[in-house]
Amino acid sequence: METIWFCLVALMIAVYVVLDGFDIGTGIVYYLVGRTQSQRQKLLRSIGPVWDGNEVWLLASGGVLYLAFPALYASSFSGFYLPLMIVLWLLILRGISIEFRNHLETPVWRPLFDFVFAGASILLAIFFGAALGNVVRGVPLDETGYFFLPLWTHFTTTGEVGILDWYTVLVGVFAFLVLAQHGALWLVYKTEDILQERARRAASLAWYGVAGMTLIVTGATFRVQPQVQANLSAYPWGYVFPALALGGLAAIPWFRSRGEELKPFLASCVYIAGMLTSAAFGVFPYVLPSNTDPVRGLTIWNATTGSHGLTVALAWWIPGMLLVAGYTIFIYRHFAGKVRLEEEGY
Amino acid sequence: MDSILALHRLHFAFTVTFHYVFVQMTMGLALLIFVLKTMALKTGNDHYNKAARFWIKFFAIGFALGVVTGIPMEFQFGTNWAKFSKAAGGVIGQTLAMEGVFSFFLESTFLGLLLFGEKRLSPRAHWAVSLLMLIGTWLSAFFIVATNAWMQHPVGYKVAANGDLVLESFWALLLNPWLGWMYAHTVIGTVVTGGFLMASVGAFYLLNRKFEEYGRTYLRVGVIAGAVASVLMLFPTGDRQGYNVAHHQPVTLAAMEGLFETQEGAPLVILGQPDPEKRKLDNPAMIPRLLSFLTYKRWEAEVKGLDAFPKEDLPDNIPLVFYSYHIMVGLGTIFIAVSLVSVLLLWKKRLYTARAWLWVVMLALPFPFIANTAGWTTAEVGRQPWLIYGLMRTVDGPSAHVSSGNTMFTLIGFMGMYALLGILFLFLTAREIEHGPEPVAPKTAIRGPEPVRL
Ligand code: HDD
Ligand code: HEM
Ligand code: HEM
Repeated sequence: METIWFCLVALMIAVYVVLDGFDIGTGIVYYLVGRTQSQRQKLLRSIGPVWDGNEVWLLASGGVLYLAFPALYASSFSGFYLPLMIVLWLLILRGISIEFRNHLETPVWRPLFDFVFAGASILLAIFFGAALGNVVRGVPLDETGYFFLPLWTHFTTTGEVGILDWYTVLVGVFAFLVLAQHGALWLVYKTEDILQERARRAASLAWYGVAGMTLIVTGATFRVQPQVQANLSAYPWGYVFPALALGGLAAIPWFRSRGEELKPFLASCVYIAGMLTSAAFGVFPYVLPSNTDPVRGLTIWNATTGSHGLTVALAWWIPGMLLVAGYTIFIYRHFAGKVRLEEEGY
Repeated sequence: MDSILALHRLHFAFTVTFHYVFVQMTMGLALLIFVLKTMALKTGNDHYNKAARFWIKFFAIGFALGVVTGIPMEFQFGTNWAKFSKAAGGVIGQTLAMEGVFSFFLESTFLGLLLFGEKRLSPRAHWAVSLLMLIGTWLSAFFIVATNAWMQHPVGYKVAANGDLVLESFWALLLNPWLGWMYAHTVIGTVVTGGFLMASVGAFYLLNRKFEEYGRTYLRVGVIAGAVASVLMLFPTGDRQGYNVAHHQPVTLAAMEGLFETQEGAPLVILGQPDPEKRKLDNPAMIPRLLSFLTYKRWEAEVKGLDAFPKEDLPDNIPLVFYSYHIMVGLGTIFIAVSLVSVLLLWKKRLYTARAWLWVVMLALPFPFIANTAGWTTAEVGRQPWLIYGLMRTVDGPSAHVSSGNTMFTLIGFMGMYALLGILFLFLTAREIEHGPEPVAPKTAIRGPEPVRL
């Protein structure tokens, strides 16, 4: 039962990154692709009806994580106190800039919110990457299962670590590139003409960065977290996850070169999902490893809540998620196709 | 109270109170928008569609702020109340996760359609979207109130080997006897806000002699909704909530009523200032024996005062419980009076021209927000010193590893951030109200001269 919930939480987080990733990515390449007011408005319109739904995956994953592994939720959220609060502020700023930018048409209002939107998106991508880096590297859990991390100490990955060290910063930059490419590919799919042309160029540029960083970060991960190597040798079938990622990565330029619009984006989704599931597989059964003393690490067994609650929850989670899948498909189909501005907004 | 605990409490209280400003508005408006959309569908009159469109814009602004201020709430259980989260997660993880899965997805999906979909959907489909929005927001409230009700009155749990609480009965959690009335009272409270808000904007338009046709519609819908909801706040929902408090949290009742001594035939205090040091109420104005009657339906019944409980079980801020309770009930009574008079005038066909009264309706706007906030303060401060009533004390709840410096830092951060959000909200809504429900012609003409003058 714990393993099932581990997989479900990992799945929900992966869906979150894939979905919210493209609207964060849109923010990253925002200035590159959109040069005029109405072009930027178009970019925003492409994510307007869906970004909040995408972000709900974060909340729902958080909720389900809490449900299944309360000790993990308590420990990690209080331990990552400062970066989480900064993430919250960025989410707030980003949310209001998307919603409020188009309310006024003045030379001050829109450029201001453009800046906030792009800036918050960039920082969020880096912070989310760094967060993932922290979970993979492990944190200095004490005997009660808690910890607290300052933002940075001396940038090494052992001993008195901070949120930011060379490894987590590396993952942060990696996340930034991955989401930049993801957002650009989304825009290739959603826009036409000059916007599409610029998005395509941004995507192809980002691809080289992503490919290079994939190698570097994977190498670094093996060094920082020995559990990854151990899991792969114990369960060789786990190689499917990195294989999936590599397949997605290779497919992106291939589809792009054939002038496809949707398929490169989907390949990027596969790539991201593959990378995240690889990471989840790599740390399993830990959900929060300890970087000081491995036995203190939180695993799916010692962070859980008892199986009655988990069984009950499965009974509502499944129909609930079917409904969600239904809405998601419905809304994406409803707003499918290229964005147009003549349509009435609000 | 030790200062780090005070900071965590203030942090939570500040952020949730701010969140609640927006969600009470969106929940109330969700119902009223649905009413307007239903009227449009029933009568086939496009006026109601346009009338609804205006409130949908308003709703969207409130919703955006509700969303961005809600996300920090979800995180704060873990960041600031880690020990509580770990101990209670086995139980309240259920309701919090269900809120995400069942309502947030619904709301966020259909908000897009409510806003952008009017042209693409048939009138009936757009009406259905407004119904789904209503269901989504009210369902969110259900799950979050279920969480809170469990903290007020824990049921359906058992204690695991390591001392944490785990779920024993899912249905006991969802059918918590505290929950039903609490939920009813809370959502109807949001309708009071929505109704008063709509009526207030309507009154503003009439007084301003602008958009008068819409003003009348808003006034009519607003005062009727406000009147029905205000009456329901007192009876049965408020009364039943009081009953629950009296039976399950008698010490809270004593603090709410400022009753320092146990007595038979206890009076109902209308006004006064509790003095917890001298254990008495200054300047009391009261109705003899009414409290005994209201709580036990007998004039001579004994009501336990604060002296009947050990000191460590008393709420730590008795005056605040007392005042917030009296503000809520006092305002509630005024709402009933104001909205019934308005309905009477409406019925006599004099409301739209009774300009002096329209001023009252317009200026009533802030008070439902105050009453709702006061109600929550009563419930939350009245629950002290318990975090989970009878099971876990508030002192045992906060994150042990988060220092007071960090808490202060983020509290200040939120205060700054929310001050900005508040200003933005007022600015944007004021602008919507000024533009009014008529579609503004070309965008460039917004600031131009009045197009037609008769
Ligand atoms: C417009 C808002 C509003 C109005 C007019 C009233 N209330 Fe209220 N009240 C609330 C909004 C509210 C609330 C914000 O919705 C609360 C907080 C928690 C809850 O369940 O509902 C609440 C809680 C609450 C409680 C529970 C306190 C606790 O749990 O410790 C009681 C006993 C009452 N109310 C009683 C009343 C009575 C007798 C009213 C008479 C008119 C009244 N309320 C008007
Ligand atoms: C329904 C969901 C809610 C839950 C689960 C909840 C939970 C909590 C928690 C965990 C605390 C901190 C611990 C404590 O001080 O006891 C708290 C405190 C508080 N909450 Fe709530 N709350 C909810 C709704 C609200 C709302 C809507 C308001 C106000 C509008 C509110 C007002 C307060 C206040 C004023 C405090 C501080 C009490 C004190 O420190 O004395 N709560 N609540
Ligand atoms: C501590 C308690 C609370 C938490 C953790 C919380 C959490 C959240 C979150 C995360 C959202 C954003 C959802 C999205 O992205 O779509 C939200 C919105 C919302 N919340 Fe809360 N909330 C709390 C208190 C309350 C209370 C007390 C109510 C009502 C009784 C409420 C009603 C709503 C509603 C109706 C929305 C929909 C958005 C809106 O209308 O603005 N919440 N909440």
